Amino acid sequence: MNRSASSTTDVVDKQSHPMSDLLRMDRMPHIWCSGCGLGTTLTCFIMAVRESGIDEKKIAVVSGIGCSGRVAGYINLDSFHTTHGRAIPFATGLALANPELRVVVYSGDGDLVAIGGNHFIHAARRNMDILVICVNNFNYGMTGGQAGPTTPVSARATTAPYGNYEYPFNIPYLSIASGATYVARWTALHMRRLKNSIAEALPKKGFRVIEIICPCPTAFARRNRLGTGLDLMKYYHDNSIIKHGADPREADIGMTGKIIVGKFLDIERPTFRDFLVENVWPKIGRK
Amino acid sequence: MAEDRRVLTGEHFMSGDHACAEGGLAAGCSFFAGYPITPSTEIAERMSERLPEVGGMFIQMEDELGSMNAILGAAWGGWKSMTCTSGPGFSLMMENLGLGIVLETPTVLVNIQRGGPSTGLPTLPGQADMMQARWGSHGDYEIIALAPNSPQEIFDLTVRAFNLAEEFRTPVLVMSDECVGHMTEKVVIPPKDELEITPRRYTKKKPGEYLPFDFGEDEIPEMVTAGDGYRIHITGLTHDRRGYPVINAEAQDWMVRHLINKILKNKHRIIQLEEINLSDAEVVLVSYGISSRVAHRAMDLAREDGIKAGMLRLITVWPFCDEKIRELAERVKAFVTVEMNMGQVALEVERCACGKAGTYLVPHAGGEVHNPDDIYQVIKEAAK
Repeated sequence: MNRSASSTTDVVDKQSHPMSDLLRMDRMPHIWCSGCGLGTTLTCFIMAVRESGIDEKKIAVVSGIGCSGRVAGYINLDSFHTTHGRAIPFATGLALANPELRVVVYSGDGDLVAIGGNHFIHAARRNMDILVICVNNFNYGMTGGQAGPTTPVSARATTAPYGNYEYPFNIPYLSIASGATYVARWTALHMRRLKNSIAEALPKKGFRVIEIICPCPTAFARRNRLGTGLDLMKYYHDNSIIKHGADPREADIGMTGKIIVGKFLDIERPTFRDFLVENVWPKIGRK
Repeated sequence: MAEDRRVLTGEHFMSGDHACAEGGLAAGCSFFAGYPITPSTEIAERMSERLPEVGGMFIQMEDELGSMNAILGAAWGGWKSMTCTSGPGFSLMMENLGLGIVLETPTVLVNIQRGGPSTGLPTLPGQADMMQARWGSHGDYEIIALAPNSPQEIFDLTVRAFNLAEEFRTPVLVMSDECVGHMTEKVVIPPKDELEITPRRYTKKKPGEYLPFDFGEDEIPEMVTAGDGYRIHITGLTHDRRGYPVINAEAQDWMVRHLINKILKNKHRIIQLEEINLSDAEVVLVSYGISSRVAHRAMDLAREDGIKAGMLRLITVWPFCDEKIRELAERVKAFVTVEMNMGQVALEVERCACGKAGTYLVPHAGGEVHNPDDIYQVIKEAAK
């Protein structure tokens, strides 16, 4: 018992990473593949946490299942690795019971908008105090590259051997239509802008969604002959268009073509808690 | 304002569903997440009115999957939490009942049972979810399930469910039924200081020393709240004492045995039974929930006719009272299990009787309670 990763812990220099106090170094090495963008997104997140100045004790990370779901296990904050698709309702209970907490849901596209899609739209509708970081790699990476709710039309996947014949979700459009108050999209290439976006969204209230387009060289890119992680970063470099305030209906992602990134929306409207406190509690004499 | 409304001390004429909600409030529940479903809806309705006035929070979720998760999240946020459901909603809650078991999260799930399978009988009673309560989430585990037979008892047992949840750091089920849920009877709510309430067993260890799944002889780990600086990690994956995932047979063996031992080692603290006329009984009725009230009538009919009938009423159904059935099997002629299903707890009675006493079942597919005469006929058969 208790032998997980202990043999590898010894050889990892705990001082070698400048953010090692925000990572569970005793869980390294991580499971992510070479060329995967998840590590980059996690680096951006912990840099944003540090930069935000928020008391780290008061940040909780909730993940679902999948490659992105493993973030909860690597980050050295209160962290919860829940069931597939259910990070948002778990986070809902956590945020409502303990309003001092900044609750972050960190998960993948399949987890959040397929099996967890109903929770996603309803938490957005309620404007629940949750920051959702949705890492979109266009397929189910952990289970070996099946098609998912964001797989572009015609892309190949293990469950779409003749090419995907379903239309994918456009996550910024879905988020805004459902009621989110902060919606941004970046790629794993846009480290500085992504970090700034997370740092900006973290202290805000309401349902905030940051979609991160992320290379999956092992499953998605290989099957679609898109090259290595580096090739995908180059693709993002050549094809991303930063367009703040863009119409989300124009932000579809195909197998080829441009990727609209930037901040789509940043508004305020009463959160679930605000509405209760301002409109319901006075009726029963509660402050 | 808030806390003095929590315990509605006094005599009430109250439905079982409302008494259940009041039991939760009296036990310290501050968070309810649920989805409307007959015949449990009145619990949610009562909670939506009562929780805001005692400083708590009610949320109607988008489904029962979300409800079950939200109450787990709230528990780790520091609140006592509960949900209620019926029929298909119970099936949807199974996924994350398993998460609650594995995360060892104190919370309460109430099932006001109706007839099934599928949509079944939304407005009529059943007791056919008893084995689902025991085995419904995938994998091996032990569960605690209580079965009240009156509005008073659903109040009492909802309080007890919260206490057991805290004592053993686990989800606890209240397995009631439509009859008890919709029945209105006298309910006495005691003064607050006469209620025994188990507080959360928070650790006294410091961050860095505390491990979320470490435990001593009694197998029960201590709890913390997110935001207290412990930087815990907990996962639904098979994990070690630290909460870190470990994917191998050794870790699986350790964790599953712990989840089972935590309940079975402490059975004596969990199992609650009512024994009626057992001292001289030759035929023992085994029943629970609303069926036990009908079985009681059948027992009286048998006694009037000179048959030495008694009853073992299961107030705690799970974990099962193996030892009690074994002990009785040595000296009684037969057991007659009375339940509103086609034979679920009856299988346990048969298992524990081990051929040493006869085992009979009075099955009922649900929709209405048994006819006492039907039970009586089986008692007569069993007494031969």
